[in-house]
Amino acid sequence: MTVESMACIETRGLRKAFGATVALDGVNLRVEEGRILGIIGPNGAGKTTMLNAILGLTPYEGELKVLGRDPWNERDQLMRDVCFIADVAVLPRWIRVAQVLDYVAGVHPRFDRAKAEGFLAKTTIRHVSKVRELSKGMVTQLHLALVMAIDARLLVLDEPTLGLDILYRKQFYDSLLTEYFDRSRTIVLTTHQVEEVEHVLTDLIFINRGRIVLECSMEEIESRYVEVKVRPEQVAEARALKPMHERQMLGRSILLFDRVLDQKLDREQLARFGDVRTPAIADLFVAVMGNQSSATQGAGR
Amino acid sequence: MSTQSNAISEPFQSQSITPAGIPATRVFYWAVRRELWEYRSIYVAPLAVAAVFLFAFSLSSIAGIWEKALRLNPARPQGPYDMAAGLMMITGIVVSVFYCLDALHGERRDRSILFWKSLPVSDLTTVLSKASIPLVVLPLLTVAISVAMQWLMLLVSSAVLLVSGMSVTMLWTNLSFVQMSLLLLYHVLTAHALWPAPVYCWLLLVSGWSRRAAFLWAALPVVAIAGVEQIAFHTWHFAALVGDRLIGAAAPTVVSTSPGMFPTDPMTHIAPGSFLSSPGLWIGLAIAAIFLAAAVRLRRYQGPI
Repeated sequence: MTVESMACIETRGLRKAFGATVALDGVNLRVEEGRILGIIGPNGAGKTTMLNAILGLTPYEGELKVLGRDPWNERDQLMRDVCFIADVAVLPRWIRVAQVLDYVAGVHPRFDRAKAEGFLAKTTIRHVSKVRELSKGMVTQLHLALVMAIDARLLVLDEPTLGLDILYRKQFYDSLLTEYFDRSRTIVLTTHQVEEVEHVLTDLIFINRGRIVLECSMEEIESRYVEVKVRPEQVAEARALKPMHERQMLGRSILLFDRVLDQKLDREQLARFGDVRTPAIADLFVAVMGNQSSATQGAGR
Repeated sequence: MSTQSNAISEPFQSQSITPAGIPATRVFYWAVRRELWEYRSIYVAPLAVAAVFLFAFSLSSIAGIWEKALRLNPARPQGPYDMAAGLMMITGIVVSVFYCLDALHGERRDRSILFWKSLPVSDLTTVLSKASIPLVVLPLLTVAISVAMQWLMLLVSSAVLLVSGMSVTMLWTNLSFVQMSLLLLYHVLTAHALWPAPVYCWLLLVSGWSRRAAFLWAALPVVAIAGVEQIAFHTWHFAALVGDRLIGAAAPTVVSTSPGMFPTDPMTHIAPGSFLSSPGLWIGLAIAAIFLAAAVRLRRYQGPI
């Protein structure tokens, strides 16, 4: 029996179809422990389906192991080590704060009630309140307090801050990073507010139409992609170097280069055309997705 | 899938990963408590009915309407007490039906199933905890509330008799409360828990399956089968069978004596042996088990609606 470093999540040829619609089309992925992975993709790309498969909420084809377990057949055991917050408020509206604390403490072997009470003490949430009486931001705070008090190895967040105002959103990721995350835990999250999680993530995948179109670590992004704000007189010269994407901002052309496509490009060389920087994830996403759709259109017609 | 290659290493992994889990009985206990939090009508409805009945009984005792039953009918002094128990049984049936139709539906409707499934509680535990409400919790509650009511009624009657200067001796000697309570417990557990189990489990299954109008989907097959039977054979056996199961009237729990005799009547001869050996009971329980197994399996696939 060989002891290899166990991946937190490992999939091979993960596939899921709803009738004729293919939600996941052969996903191969390996997430090591201690990473914070962001899954970014347009609506309907298969993000939630992928998370549901990881959480044992939906059957699938192909291979999938989460913490060494098969989620579909061992969901209840797996949930001792995995926590998740789904994209909508799912705490039952009729439950009282004190009841939900009692219940989770009653059924979860790794729940630390004192810790949850500590998080709640920093909020305005009262124990006698029912969830239906709390604002959306407070419900998220309550759910986060429950989840952070569970000593889990994998935390899955599906659009956790959807519908929250900017203060709650910032607070959410701050608490997650400062009070919860340590190198032994793994976090997988999806979001549309890419710019908010940019500095939180260690790894990133772009997913489109059920396939992974880009998978890399944040360090790789820094070394691989370069964005140049090209001076108008040099645009033609810069374009000759075949950028992967070009956009206009305030009358200036911004060219995005993928250094994997052309190893000779380096930052100094590109700096001749203008200011050089690492692209924001949102811009990179637009570029990669734009190339994707034009590539598939070209192939299809 | 590579399940087989991992089969050897997994026990080691899960031992090192998982700390001593929580005993299944404790998880089950919390699952049942969660049902009582969500569906407060399980105990509020019987208590409300009991309160109204007690209020009416007190009024009528004071007004002397029960006087006849209290004093002048020594052959059947327990009339109003039977009525109280009967009312609780009917309430129990009504609450069970409404509970079962919503039990596996409500959590999908309000999306909270995603929260419940994020905790280490299996679908089996969840479904069994829900089935235990009509099969264990409500029957025991029915008996407890009925017995409490009967004692309160006895106190009210005694007070009324004493205040009006009459003797309470006959009232107290003619009623054997312990026997009545034990017969009630036997009757409710057999005729209102075990006997209707297939009906309640069917309702649970439908509530876990239907996306809306659970009552309609639950009733439709019964109506359809009964209708076909009526057209083809001009009989109502199936409808009568379902009705008997729900009401518990035809459960073979006693040696039948006189028709219309109340199950807690002291003259009743209970027949637990023949009840436990009746094929009808075991066929019913087997069907109930099949419905429950289907509900457990279904819940694995179900998400919010």
